[in-house]
Amino acid sequence: MEVPDQALPAATFEDLAMPLFDQLYNFARWLTHDTTEAEDLVQETYTKALRGFSSFQPGTNFRAWMYRILRNSFLSSRTGLKVMVALDGEADESLLPPESSTPESILMEQAGRETVQQALADLPVPFREILLLCEVEEMSYQEISEALAIPMGTVMSRLFRARKALRDLLRKKRDGGRHGV
Amino acid sequence: MACDQGRSKLDAYLDGELDPAEANVLGKHLQGCAACSADALGRVQMKRSVQMAGKRYAASAELRNRIAKSVAAKPRRESRGLWWTLGVAVVSVLILSVAMNFYLGRDSARRRRVYSELADLHVAALASATPVDVISTDRHTVKPWFQGKIPFSFNLPELQGTEFTLLGGRVTYLAQTPGAHLIYQVRKHEVSVFIFQDRGEETASLPSGAVHAVSFNMDSWTQNGLRYFVVGDAGANDIQALSRLLRDAG
Repeated sequence: MEVPDQALPAATFEDLAMPLFDQLYNFARWLTHDTTEAEDLVQETYTKALRGFSSFQPGTNFRAWMYRILRNSFLSSRTGLKVMVALDGEADESLLPPESSTPESILMEQAGRETVQQALADLPVPFREILLLCEVEEMSYQEISEALAIPMGTVMSRLFRARKALRDLLRKKRDGGRHGV
Repeated sequence: MACDQGRSKLDAYLDGELDPAEANVLGKHLQGCAACSADALGRVQMKRSVQMAGKRYAASAELRNRIAKSVAAKPRRESRGLWWTLGVAVVSVLILSVAMNFYLGRDSARRRRVYSELADLHVAALASATPVDVISTDRHTVKPWFQGKIPFSFNLPELQGTEFTLLGGRVTYLAQTPGAHLIYQVRKHEVSVFIFQDRGEETASLPSGAVHAVSFNMDSWTQNGLRYFVVGDAGANDIQALSRLLRDAG
């Protein structure tokens, strides 16, 4: 199994945290919609994580820990306070709406990369962030649960809702596009 | 399994979060249900679209340098005797184990991606109205059909006296690399065999051997510069048996 050489002699905070730099920045930029804010957020995350590294429990997930710090920093920022909305009843999966009858493939065939990016950007932050963690970062439900500090049941129901919301947005964009022609 | 029940679990299934028993039941249902397998394909497509769309922003080199500098490992403090040394050693081992877990996790994520892509190719072919482009049970027809379509040649096994039947083949792609996709049948199960040149970064670092991933049994090995993958919901023994036949022929 390949392990990068630089990780072997002594894993410092730098060794563990710097490989996450690109993905943390991408995530921060998606959260904030602003380059300067994203840069500040990433800088703040690294500063806080370095300071708290002694309290990081070895054996737990370092990546989820970093994302959790980034997200908590975002939540306490001015933009973060404004954009996070309560998602009522989301842990109750029995309330989940029935599946849409339009297969995603039909939507996706018509939705280019830019359209999907626009739809992602338009999603409420809780939906956007969970889709990014699941699809882009390929985190397991357990990791997402740690990163977002929510129970596993909520991870599943929120993912379901986020996917549905994205489909609805794409459908709306498609129908809007049609009317516009 | 009823369609409603299956669809409520489709997302968890495609996210690799169903337990093996449930995944197995749902996998079987998908094989027999065109509507649900079309739905599954749509969801896979959506996952991929989000994955591609989500990788959007790159940080400036200046920010990277600034942060790298701020977290650069500080010089160690002076030794404070035996306990200090022992403490450092213990902490280093713990941190190293975290680093190993992290990197192994990343490696396993890449492996999962390749396996799930192969599983997608397998499911997509079976769900297609034309699963194979060359329909023949004769290896002497199927093998030459690939000439000029893929940049390598391979040998196929003689199946007489075995439970396997060759259904046909098609050209496929993994990580932008063309390869051969052959479909075999064993009893009621269809099994995909993928053959690629073993040079792509995506496949070259994968360990050989049998695995159970995204509810499919898989086997993989390298032989004569080619990378073989056998994927299907048939039992592990059948997958291994087909692998052996292919290995002996290769």
